[in-house]
Amino acid sequence: MTWALRTEHLDKSFVMHLQGGARMPVLAAVELEVRPGECVALAGVSGAGKSTLLRCLYGNYGASGGRILLRHADDTVDLATADARLVRAIRRRTLGYVSQFLRVIPRVPTLDIVAEPMRAMGLGADAARQRAAALLLRLNMPAHLHSLPPATFSGGEQQRVNLARGFAPEFPVLLLDEPTASLDAANRDVVVALIGEAKRRGTAIVGVFHDTEVRDRVADRLFAVAAMDRTPCVT
Amino acid sequence: MSPLLAAQGLGLRFGTVIALDDVAVEIWPGEVVAIVGESGSGKTTLLRVLSGMMPPQAGRVLYRDPEGGQHSLFDMPEIALRRLHRSDWGFVYQNPRDGLRLGISAGGNIGERLMAAGHRNYGHIRAIAAEWLARVEIDPGRIDTLPRNFSGGMQQRLQIARTLVTSPRLVFMDEPTGGLDVSVQARLLDMIRGLVAELDLAVLLVTHDISAARLLAHRIVVMQQGRVVEAGLTDRVLDDPQHPYTQLLTTSVLSA
Repeated sequence: MTWALRTEHLDKSFVMHLQGGARMPVLAAVELEVRPGECVALAGVSGAGKSTLLRCLYGNYGASGGRILLRHADDTVDLATADARLVRAIRRRTLGYVSQFLRVIPRVPTLDIVAEPMRAMGLGADAARQRAAALLLRLNMPAHLHSLPPATFSGGEQQRVNLARGFAPEFPVLLLDEPTASLDAANRDVVVALIGEAKRRGTAIVGVFHDTEVRDRVADRLFAVAAMDRTPCVT
Repeated sequence: MSPLLAAQGLGLRFGTVIALDDVAVEIWPGEVVAIVGESGSGKTTLLRVLSGMMPPQAGRVLYRDPEGGQHSLFDMPEIALRRLHRSDWGFVYQNPRDGLRLGISAGGNIGERLMAAGHRNYGHIRAIAAEWLARVEIDPGRIDTLPRNFSGGMQQRLQIARTLVTSPRLVFMDEPTGGLDVSVQARLLDMIRGLVAELDLAVLLVTHDISAARLLAHRIVVMQQGRVVEAGLTDRVLDDPQHPYTQLLTTSVLSA
């Protein structure tokens, strides 16, 4: 048992009831295994289902079939069949996700948005804020921005808030969806360094990286996501 | 750990209209559950049944007290149920006029609930009331103002202070942002979100506002014509809806 995350025969299709119940297959029989300390980059043409796979791995999309196994709290859990409360617990302790876009919570200061997952993990308020501030500074977010809600921030700044929020809790498994899409070269380097440090801590990472230079610097291997024939079929 | 409230097999008809059809719901400590659905889906009826205000014709609701004892809600003496509503539970009405007493001061509205819970020291009650006014972003200097002179948003915030002051574990909310301006809604939702996390409350929220449900709820229960058609993790139900009605609901909303 050397993996941190593993899928067995994972299927995902969408049934579109508003289009006459058409079924659109996106993933079929995906067998992915990621070890602690390993970064796997999902590869495939646009529309192949890389982001869909990532969302399934987070439990944001429900699996249509197969299993998504995770090591969680000294146990092995199947995210594909876990109920909502278990998924929440897994996301609190084990599984982090950095999405491309920040879903802004109105009026909450940046520092608290970054500190929140660490608080949920049980870290004290001061310690969580200190770690949040340090990581934001490292991502070139100056201190005077920390007390502001990120609603008015640029895309690149919001992405860095998201990155700080995702990396700070040091989850054992981390999912990254285009983590450098809106960043300049200096901040891309910070992200590459953060990924390297996370790997050395033993974090298992799965990511979608359109930036092939970043991908080649962080990924230990590529995992091909094959495009399926998505012609919806009405059954 | 076990649920604070667990309902099974709930059924209720009004004449030929089916309000609840074999509904099961659980709510666990620290969990925010949103019941969503359009008008007439049975969501407000469900809230009234779960909070003991209206008995169902079928099924049962189990309540767990802080000591771990289980009680069948509709077998409890009425006095015990009323006590429950003053202590372990809170109810936030859509219309603040239903949850406030407009003829007594803002501070009195908060203090009244404290007194019902056994507080007797006037100075202490007044201090707690002032502190709670500040927490819900009402100037404590208005502690002696009658709430009928408050705006709708302020009245709703006062109702929330009055409800939370006795540290209930479970709070029922019926469209708490309904009838308010959009700008006021966002502020109120954000305030509720902060208090719920800080106080580790369990909340059962009825709303037709999908964005509010996304912002506040950990879990969503989707109702249509008295039935639960889909339930689960909020982001999964909204991003990967399975039931035809949920798909219709989520695609009918602008950027939920």
